[in-house]
Amino acid sequence: MTADVPTHLDGNAAAGALSEVFAVDLTAATGRCNGCGHTGVFAEARLYADAPGLVARCPGCEDVLLRVVTTPTDTYVDLRGLTYLRVPNA
Amino acid sequence: MGIVSPGFTGRRSGSDLPPGQYLTRDFPVLSAGPTPRILPEHWEFSITTETGEVHKWDWQAFLQLPSEEITRDIHCVTRWSKLQSEWKGVSLDTLFADVETGADFVMAHSYGGYTTNLPLEDLLDGQAWIAYEFEGEPLGAEHGGPARLLVPHLYFWKSAKWVRGLALSDSDDLGFWESAGYHEYGDPWKEQRYAGD
Ligand SMILES: [Zn+2]
Repeated sequence: MTADVPTHLDGNAAAGALSEVFAVDLTAATGRCNGCGHTGVFAEARLYADAPGLVARCPGCEDVLLRVVTTPTDTYVDLRGLTYLRVPNA
Repeated sequence: MGIVSPGFTGRRSGSDLPPGQYLTRDFPVLSAGPTPRILPEHWEFSITTETGEVHKWDWQAFLQLPSEEITRDIHCVTRWSKLQSEWKGVSLDTLFADVETGADFVMAHSYGGYTTNLPLEDLLDGQAWIAYEFEGEPLGAEHGGPARLLVPHLYFWKSAKWVRGLALSDSDDLGFWESAGYHEYGDPWKEQRYAGD
């Protein structure tokens, strides 16, 4: 790990931050990228956390799939980079 | 009301840090994505007016513009501040010298897709630069090199790394973080971190 290669976590790391928003298991969800159409389990997303918010990017084209910003009063979730998120019914 | 304005006393009484900030001596790297690797020979910077007129500089033309040494405090919304950071860059007053515009707002666009919005008046009158050296060295890619926007009087997310252009607009649109809960202006002295602060 060097300073000029920003580290990213895997998409599982977003599950914790999102568990308060979505009462579903995100690690089992499938997402489709709005940019390139790549479809895969959300856990494959590249999560950048050393930033003012969480940013999950597509492993295919690096477009933003999802952003989460937590403020003292609210959590913002921007899903515009995802065509869909497919969650298995319990 | 005393003779000294509240803003002045507030700023310099006791601490040089805006509220809620702590001092750091390193220069933390924050990244919302992979680091763009832009070779200077492929680098280009443009200002696009609200009428679509484009002013462009390649690296060579950019380096021929008069540069300035800049020493400023910088404040990141993630709460670190760095005092007296030293930069070299081209003033936006120089880059805007031949740009005719009646627009009030600017969207900064970066290589890699990042955006941030600013009022045009915050970029002029000696307040902002396109910086290409940090502490005497060429600006590293991890800090936004070859060149980044430098607007030290606002939270540092406004100082877009890897900047490739400024688009003037009559409408106040929101950039990458501003559209996801961060403040549209971001004055560290007023602690404008989040929308509504
Ligand atoms: Zn994609």
